[in-house]
Amino acid sequence: MAEPAVTQDEKKEEEEQKVVDEGIEVGISRLTEARIEQVINQVLNTETGARLKTYVNTCIHCGLCSEACHYYMSHDKDPKWSPVGKVKQTLWEMIRKKGRVSPDFMRRAVEIAQTECNLCRRCLQFCPFGIDIAYLISMVRRICHKLGITPLYIQDTAHSHSVTMNQMWVKGDEWPDTLQWQEEEARGEFPTLRIPLEKEGADIMYSVIAPEPKFQAQLIYQAAAIMEVAGVDWTMPADMGWDNSDMAMFTGDNEIMGRVKRTHFELAARLRVKRIVMGECGHAFRSVYDTGNRWLGWSHPPIPIVHAIDFYWELLKDNRIPIKEKYPEPVTLHDPCNVIRGGGLMEKARYVAHALCETVVEMHPNREYNYCCCAGGGVINCGPPYKLKRVKSNRVKAEQLMDAKARGAKVIISPCHNCHSGLKDIKNYYDLHMDIKFFGDIIYQIMEKPE
Amino acid sequence: MHDLYQFVSGPLAWVAFILFVGGSLYRMIAMLVEVKKKEPFIFTYMSLKYSLRSIVHWMTPFATYNWRRKPVLTVVTFAFHICLFVSPIFLLAHVTLWDESWDISWWTLPDGVADVMTLIVIAGCVFFLLRRLTQPEVQFVTFPSDYFILAIVAAPFVTGFLAYHQWFGYPMVMVLHVLAGEVMLVAIPFTRLSHMIYSPFTRAYMGSEFGVIRKSKDF
Amino acid sequence: MVDQSNWDWETREKTVPMDPWKDKFNWVEEPYASPDGEHVAAVVNQDEEEFNVCVNGETWENPFEKIWYLRWAPDGRLTALVSDMAEWTVAVDGVPWENKFAYVWNTLFSPDGKNIAVAAQNDGMYCMVVNGKPWETTFQNMTYFAMSPDGSKTAAVVQVEDFGEGEIHKFQEGCFTVAVDGQAWENKFVNAWNMAFSADGTKLAAEMRHNLYDYSIAVDGRPWDKVFQCVWEPVFHPVTGSVIAPVRTGGKWTLAQDGEILWEGRFLQAWHQTFSADGETLAAIVSPRYGRWTVAVNGRPWSVTFSTLVSDLVISPDGSTIAALAKEDQTWKVVVNGAAWSNTFHMAWKPVISPNNRHVGVKVEKQGKYTVVINDRVWPQECEAAWDPVFSPDSEKVLLRTVENGQYLRRILPVTEITG
Repeated sequence: MAEPAVTQDEKKEEEEQKVVDEGIEVGISRLTEARIEQVINQVLNTETGARLKTYVNTCIHCGLCSEACHYYMSHDKDPKWSPVGKVKQTLWEMIRKKGRVSPDFMRRAVEIAQTECNLCRRCLQFCPFGIDIAYLISMVRRICHKLGITPLYIQDTAHSHSVTMNQMWVKGDEWPDTLQWQEEEARGEFPTLRIPLEKEGADIMYSVIAPEPKFQAQLIYQAAAIMEVAGVDWTMPADMGWDNSDMAMFTGDNEIMGRVKRTHFELAARLRVKRIVMGECGHAFRSVYDTGNRWLGWSHPPIPIVHAIDFYWELLKDNRIPIKEKYPEPVTLHDPCNVIRGGGLMEKARYVAHALCETVVEMHPNREYNYCCCAGGGVINCGPPYKLKRVKSNRVKAEQLMDAKARGAKVIISPCHNCHSGLKDIKNYYDLHMDIKFFGDIIYQIMEKPE
Repeated sequence: MHDLYQFVSGPLAWVAFILFVGGSLYRMIAMLVEVKKKEPFIFTYMSLKYSLRSIVHWMTPFATYNWRRKPVLTVVTFAFHICLFVSPIFLLAHVTLWDESWDISWWTLPDGVADVMTLIVIAGCVFFLLRRLTQPEVQFVTFPSDYFILAIVAAPFVTGFLAYHQWFGYPMVMVLHVLAGEVMLVAIPFTRLSHMIYSPFTRAYMGSEFGVIRKSKDF
Repeated sequence: MVDQSNWDWETREKTVPMDPWKDKFNWVEEPYASPDGEHVAAVVNQDEEEFNVCVNGETWENPFEKIWYLRWAPDGRLTALVSDMAEWTVAVDGVPWENKFAYVWNTLFSPDGKNIAVAAQNDGMYCMVVNGKPWETTFQNMTYFAMSPDGSKTAAVVQVEDFGEGEIHKFQEGCFTVAVDGQAWENKFVNAWNMAFSADGTKLAAEMRHNLYDYSIAVDGRPWDKVFQCVWEPVFHPVTGSVIAPVRTGGKWTLAQDGEILWEGRFLQAWHQTFSADGETLAAIVSPRYGRWTVAVNGRPWSVTFSTLVSDLVISPDGSTIAALAKEDQTWKVVVNGAAWSNTFHMAWKPVISPNNRHVGVKVEKQGKYTVVINDRVWPQECEAAWDPVFSPDSEKVLLRTVENGQYLRRILPVTEITG
């Protein structure tokens, strides 16, 4: 396998710059050791229980989780990047010192927890004891949240969730306005197309993440086109709760996570839909399918959540999307952690890929063993200061993609927003020259449209 | 020396077994009680089918992705753990003790086989020691206690091996052997050797989460 | 409340054929029946960028470029959000308000229907508009909205301090508050969310957060002395005027009154607390243990619990009838006073309690067909669409509004015809 090339001169010359994150620094400057001790012990004593204790007591420090981690693999197996290494540098030390750690220690801890772990849970599959390392890192994030030292960009996003219930400060009017604009645009192509707003009793509510109305409105257009062609009885809400995304989940602000998820589910309940279909987003799936609902006391989502992969699978299996011609370019399929390892959609994703594309080249490893994109878990949401670290920390992904490319793949299908953005940065940094697409892009491109 | 032996193999053995059994039960029950109190949601997701799926896969050599990726380690780990359990339980000398004290006995290993198994355990300890010393990812997360635990495990087998072959002062080695065995038993519930108690639970939970909710493999 | 006694409770059946609409217009959107059942309306498309509202076969006088959120006011006026020349406003029975805005949304009605309010944006500034008249003050952002029971006042959560992108610490100093009729409270909070007016409309309570961690309830701008790990939407006691809200303490939920814990019980969840009109009964949707849901009445949960969801809690004015929906997996149930009905459904709507507190009627759906259930007896008619049943003031009759075979029907049936 060829080494990924880093051709441009400035890239060769780049050096790890010391990142200054105002979110962290201002927070750290306000900390006292007493406060740190109090918060750590409060979280460890009152918010965690047997699970955390058992994980810590059961871990025999074998290091077998190390090679699960793309950070570790991309940093020449430097142990400070291994999953257990990250736990050692954060939680173990907090426990060992009973919370008596310094502000400098916390600066490093928040950097590790928020920007050096994607909570992708690959290491869970590698641990002989099934220790949930992602949960342990999440608890570090929770402590950092309570200490007010969360990185600036993602904290700002959590604030947006708290005010608007969406992650991009999209205001109350901007959302329905955007949907109506996309509806109007789409009517150029599909004269009777509707984006039915607030249609009570529709079969499904379609939900997206806020970057769609903000920057990628064409994805809403495409979704509407697919719904129209497939004859789906659907609705989109005009009210808050339309955004299924959740960065509060990744900053440890569980209360806002719960509020955002409650708004989402109660909106769907108010619209009396049978199911919520969501766009191609992974972390949002984790939040609505697995995590946010639990904080609220719903052991399972009160309204079933159907990820876009699952929904497309259903439509294609029932021949509800007429295809003109399969997508000709060879594609490779990236398995996003939250819907594959977290939702079991690996075979359905393959069914969809094969139904749409002439040639599907598997990347290795794949399915639930796939390497993370390094963008998820809120890492990309920590913003530009950490971009270089993020792409450098996923050389192993570049190698994996390059291998797929060597076997003919020209296009990467990534049915997750974060993966999409993360892979784009990787492809640019390592000069991979591959296209990245959502399933929706391909379906829209190859489906039969009215003359 | 005889009195000492009587003491370690008599009252002290009682203490060791009581601490081992009682301690293990205590740790297990305390954990479950705390789960019930603070994280009762965990029970909601438990599934026998997926618990067993996970446990069986991880207890079978090469049945998991990570076991397949690490063939040498896998062979050593399984050989080590199997021998660790089997040899003391089915050693003729041990069964004889049970027979003498309690009038119960069971099938025993031929001494030669038990001897080899003991060597495998010792070799396993050496392997793990070397791994801790040489592999950066293990070294990085190694604490003095990890060596200590390894020593606790190695000691009964090393002393047992010496006692069987009567290479050094037999009575003293025998006393040390009994002591080492008792230390290990007591250490199980109270050190990270407790992974013996906890791992079926952590595995079952992760297996259930992956099976019931995440619909993918945790192995 | 609207006086329903002058509605036609005698004519057994009235019909409005809707099939011809399909030929007349390019497309017909989902229909909405008027509260008294006399009219049925839908947004229709007449031409490219030409929409209208068709009411009983007649369109409004003027079409609009865009129309959405067609809703009947409780007094029988028909409203929609309409746009012409990129300006938006509310049209009431086809007549747009004089004031136009860059955008309007979230129509609110007072229970008597006299007052209609929307949220509006002009030049990037936000305010509420009541009966066409905007607040005098505008704000740079506005999120949650409320209207007093008599419709005389409106409130919204508003942004009163500027903060730029990424100014997280400025945000954390508190940039939001609540404005009533455009008048912002003096106290600023990190966040404010759902609001509730007192029965007489003189007081307003809102969920708020002092910082990222401490939640409380602010009443007329003054937060409770106590803080909690989290809070949900408050309600006012209909008689005493005290404020009750779910609060999270020690990782569990319960109800608090004016900052003091009210219910002894602790729940995995507690929300949607609702008073009977006499204030004697306070019920809430609760989760007594993880993954199980029910209703607690005056602190005591029903013995029956459900796995997936409990919603749409309603209480009769005297508190004698408490109804809610419950969901187990994909099955919806109706639960009245702690007992689930034997019939189950694929979807159910908010239960309706008769004025005499004795009947509970629910619009339901099964296999894509709609009907109405009263007291667990299913009306055998299968409909293409249906609306909530309305009981006559004497509770003897029920108004049923449905679409069957492409025809809208208004029926008046004796309740006994369904309940037997």
